[in-house]
Amino acid sequence: MKKDIILAGVGGQGIISIASIIGYAALGQGMYLKQSEVHGMSQRGGDVMSNLRISHDEIASDLIPFGKADMIISIEPLESLRYLPYLSPDGWVITNIQPFNNIPNYPDIEQVMAEIEKVPHHIALDADTTAKETGSAKVANIIILGAASPFLGMAYEKLEEAIRFIFGKKGDSVVELNLMALQAGRIFADQHM
Amino acid sequence: MQKILLLGDEAIAQGALDAGLSGIYAYPGTPSTEITEFVQNSKYAQDNKIHSTWSTNEKTAMEAALGMSYAGKRAMVCMKHVGLNVAADPFINSAITGANGGLIVVSADDPSMHSSQNEQDSRVYGKFALVPILEPANQQEAYDMVRYGFDFSEKYHIPVLLRITTRMAHSRSGVMLNSPRGQNEIRMPVDLRQFVLLPAIAKKRYKNLLKDHATFIDESESSPFNRYFDGTDKSRGIVVCGLAHNYLMENYPGSTIPYPVLKIGQYPLPRKLIEKIANECSEILVAEDGYPVVEELLKGYLGRGLKVHGRLDGTLPRDGELNPNLMAVALGLKDTIGLPVPGLMVGRPPSLCSGCPHIDSFLGITEALSEFSKGRVFSDIGCYTLGALKPYEAVNSCVDMGASITMAKGAADAGLVPAVAVIGDSTFTHSGMTGLLDAVNDKSPITVLILDNGTTAMTGGQTSPGTGKLEDICKGIGVEESHIRILKPLKKNHEENVRIMKEELAYSGVSVIIPRRECIVSIDKRMREKFRNK
Ligand SMILES: Cc1ncc(C[n+]2csc(CCOP(=O)(O)OP(=O)(O)O)c2C)c(N)n1
Ligand code: SF4
Repeated sequence: MKKDIILAGVGGQGIISIASIIGYAALGQGMYLKQSEVHGMSQRGGDVMSNLRISHDEIASDLIPFGKADMIISIEPLESLRYLPYLSPDGWVITNIQPFNNIPNYPDIEQVMAEIEKVPHHIALDADTTAKETGSAKVANIIILGAASPFLGMAYEKLEEAIRFIFGKKGDSVVELNLMALQAGRIFADQHM
Repeated sequence: MQKILLLGDEAIAQGALDAGLSGIYAYPGTPSTEITEFVQNSKYAQDNKIHSTWSTNEKTAMEAALGMSYAGKRAMVCMKHVGLNVAADPFINSAITGANGGLIVVSADDPSMHSSQNEQDSRVYGKFALVPILEPANQQEAYDMVRYGFDFSEKYHIPVLLRITTRMAHSRSGVMLNSPRGQNEIRMPVDLRQFVLLPAIAKKRYKNLLKDHATFIDESESSPFNRYFDGTDKSRGIVVCGLAHNYLMENYPGSTIPYPVLKIGQYPLPRKLIEKIANECSEILVAEDGYPVVEELLKGYLGRGLKVHGRLDGTLPRDGELNPNLMAVALGLKDTIGLPVPGLMVGRPPSLCSGCPHIDSFLGITEALSEFSKGRVFSDIGCYTLGALKPYEAVNSCVDMGASITMAKGAADAGLVPAVAVIGDSTFTHSGMTGLLDAVNDKSPITVLILDNGTTAMTGGQTSPGTGKLEDICKGIGVEESHIRILKPLKKNHEENVRIMKEELAYSGVSVIIPRRECIVSIDKRMREKFRNK
């Protein structure tokens, strides 16, 4: 099994947490992993993306080739479109539909949604609202991870284990909240695949 | 032992800790910063009293590391590629003095300029200085190369350059660790004149270095990091340096590469291995991140010898980072691409955080200068460089650290008065102080704004060496006390701040204005830490 994943969003939205959870789950199953992130400027609000590759066989390149990504997981709708050249013909886009509007020329959101609709395989959900309903606006990223979970090629429980491990230091209530967020995202995906 | 997940930068730091490091010296710079931060956060480093505080600039870092090597202990110095320009003097000369305790210089290049002003290739510096260079292809090699490099350095008494790129620095993968070994004891150089580069001694030492260079080539022939993989199709041989090897492999998943491949991870280039691939193959493809260093060497200026393809003949692009697709095209394989980016896409550039103190400084200086023609503000490198962009468009230059003050001085010398320099606190102590002395000695009519946000913000909020000392430094350099003005850059102080700026713009000597307010990201971080410790 091998999955090539583009993680996208705006600085501060939590794509690195998604990467750590998938990464922890993958390593726990003896898989190889390469993850290349864009660090750099500490100012908030620029676009960020990460290449995450997990595989049972050794991985060569740190970068996913264009046209080869199994999925684009994005916490922001416009950002989900920025990396479409990476998507493989049967790849999935899993994205939040709530825009993060911090630029003066943000395109019309209806048109952004229309472009997302054109992608053959996609799941688009309002992770911000679902996150608030779950208990905290902060878990929007985990909602998106939940929505991506059917496509990761690993048992759902492995992601739960990873969340327990990674958020364990922050206490039981944080773990619970994140597990609920994961599930809310998963339920949405199961209904809309 | 289990593999642990490490960034390339972290693998280097862990490698250094496990190889018996005594001190790491650095000035922050993306993508090299995390190496030093890893050591700073390491309990092992604290327990073993390994030096890791930030230096004021790359030159002071390089020299301190050389001093530690002089005393017989292992030292590492880390910087981004342009930092090596600043440290070039001690770096080049350290090849002549040689090392005593193991000395590794890490320089992180940034092909594609993800966060830099150029994409210079540190291997050129390594060749210039005649020192051996190591270039890892993955995190495991990065880890292993540190111990290898320290041993090499101690065996031949030579500093070793470890060249990485942004992709290597900021990519994570599993690394298998060795058991740690202890630090060196203090051990003086055998010849106490080794480090005295008077011409008579330097001449001898340089001859020595030239002689050793032949030995370094021999070492490269048998290095575990230079490997020859034979292939059946000799119509083409492939030479890959560092990460290029991965991009090559990506194009042959689960199958063997038909062509002979020479993977390079240690320089000077292994002469015999190069000869072998050149003799056996009809033509050579060279893939390397950065400048066509190896390609140029193999091709020769007139290109009348070997048939060499790469960045120089357009087989690969002349600039920018390599990737698996560029490699596929160079190999004549099928390229792949997904869906096009929709036409509505717009950029989302980084911008100053809302509430950033620099914003108030820019609004102030722009208004204070409104009665003069545009284009008078020389700036520098830091978060405040974003003041060049909309909506502020408040500054007109960003060249290299420290250049704001000296360029303003030169422009003032040419008659552009008033001329303004805008420089961050960390950049000021890095390279601005000496230029300020020039201006004071010449009584140049310049106004210098030192934006004191109490941190080195751009690279993630490291300590700033001048915090709490800036007025004293300026006074000590000779700026008149009445022309050192401290402001609080806040909206409510705008009128007052503009008035003070106008007063200093009207003064025909050196004035220093220090708008002082902490970076809001740094406040945020401080508060969160406080909360956590409660
Ligand atoms: C020679 C060199 N070293 C390091 C860097 C990386 N760098 C760019 S800006 C910066 C820090 C600037 O800090 P400061 O001047 O205090 O401004 P701030 O970002 O806090 O506004 C650093 C370390 C560089 N560009 N050039
Ligand atoms: S990180 Fe600090 S200095 Fe940089 S833009 Fe944000 S508030 Fe300003």
